[in-house]
Amino acid sequence: MVGIIGYGTQIPRYRIKVEEIAKVWGADAEALKQGLNLYEKSVPAPDEDCATLSVGAAKNALARAGIDPALIGAVYVGSESHPYAVKPTGTIVSEALGICPYVHTADLEFACKAGTEGMFIALHLVKTGVMKCALAIGADTSQGAPGDALEYSASAGAAAFIMGTENIVAELLDTHCYMTDTPDFWRRENAHYPEHGGRFTGKPAYQKHVFGAVEAILEKTGMKPKDFDYLIFHQPNGKFPVQAAKQLGFTEAQYRYGLLTPTLGNTYSGSSPMGLAATLDEAGPDQLILLVSYGSGAGSDAFVFRTTKHLLKNRDMAPRVRKQLNEHLKYLEYGEYAKFRGKILKPE
Amino acid sequence: MNVPRHWRETPERYRMEAAKCRKCGKISFPARLICPACSNKVFDKTNLSGIGKLLTYTIIRTAPEGFEDIAPYAVGIVEMEEGVRVMGQIVDCDLVNLKTGDKLISKFRRMNEEGKTGLIMYSYKFVPDVGI
Repeated sequence: MVGIIGYGTQIPRYRIKVEEIAKVWGADAEALKQGLNLYEKSVPAPDEDCATLSVGAAKNALARAGIDPALIGAVYVGSESHPYAVKPTGTIVSEALGICPYVHTADLEFACKAGTEGMFIALHLVKTGVMKCALAIGADTSQGAPGDALEYSASAGAAAFIMGTENIVAELLDTHCYMTDTPDFWRRENAHYPEHGGRFTGKPAYQKHVFGAVEAILEKTGMKPKDFDYLIFHQPNGKFPVQAAKQLGFTEAQYRYGLLTPTLGNTYSGSSPMGLAATLDEAGPDQLILLVSYGSGAGSDAFVFRTTKHLLKNRDMAPRVRKQLNEHLKYLEYGEYAKFRGKILKPE
Repeated sequence: MNVPRHWRETPERYRMEAAKCRKCGKISFPARLICPACSNKVFDKTNLSGIGKLLTYTIIRTAPEGFEDIAPYAVGIVEMEEGVRVMGQIVDCDLVNLKTGDKLISKFRRMNEEGKTGLIMYSYKFVPDVGI
């Protein structure tokens, strides 16, 4: 038996509202909010990045798991905003957590799917007995070009999951992946901001892969949408996951706890993992959870988890996602936001 | 701060690693070679809890090179649960509401960077303990 033994998240304190961005670019804020089901997003402080958010989330996961960090045999950090092009985030995180030196680390990139890539690898390393525990993190300080549609959603946050075989809070029942080469979104080397295919990111990209992964894992497990207590899809905005869930036969009661985007934004690699964490915050024991990520490029990872009685015991050892999302907030004006995100050019 | 110095200070900056005297139990942060209480030279490593109380602070409005963009910001002395006093930046706070006696916790944050192409230096900073 393998599964999640500890989970944690980290969300920056700062927020910016859709209206604040829209007024700078002359956009219709109401249309954006209604169209995307998106109202505000998190913004990293100038001293926060993928590494610092990862450490914060992982410390919360360790608090819940209650294990010696030295038991962790692997650290995988999935992100598309690693602080360095060459120098691993995983070593920074491992050193800060006291896991070094007997650890395998890797930085993963697969657009918004890099977080669940790490979870997939970590779960299977533990399952095959290679190591006792492994840590997987999805974290991003996402980039969105000024004035681009992505600027309204690209946000920051991290979720960390420690996988193990003892005191499991959510047992892994099955996984399935669905991948194709689909150019819906990319960022070239040295480019500040990603580019995307506009509406091409919808049906042939997000929908095709999420639907493909869901249908494949339902067939593999013999389960039906109604069998699940909770559902989490990747959340590039608040519209795509809701549309996909309804079309696949899921209900609002299943996805409402994991849907964070309307007030968090898209935390890219952290997106569906943070939704899973928010769901674990609310779930009871012996409940079924379906998690399906999506990463442009493109692919989806699907996971089926069953919660255990240990979930309730460990849950309050670290702050819940909705508490991080809703408390101690500070709203920024666009100028402050532009400064925080390094969007203002200054002389060298 | 140059690269080797930052690397040498990684244990204390990344995870607040301190030295606990094996003879008298006094905790020193940063680690020392000789215990200031009993002159013993044998220590065990221990990580500070990261929980402390703000003893005093100042607001930096004219920042040194490399910190201009984050001014104004607070720097304070924090008495940790373990009894040691640590100086550090206080972030994620409203400067007007900051006061001595506030409960603070440490967070792992970017401290500085050697320009846009140089090393990024991380360290502990403090934030108000608001339960998140």
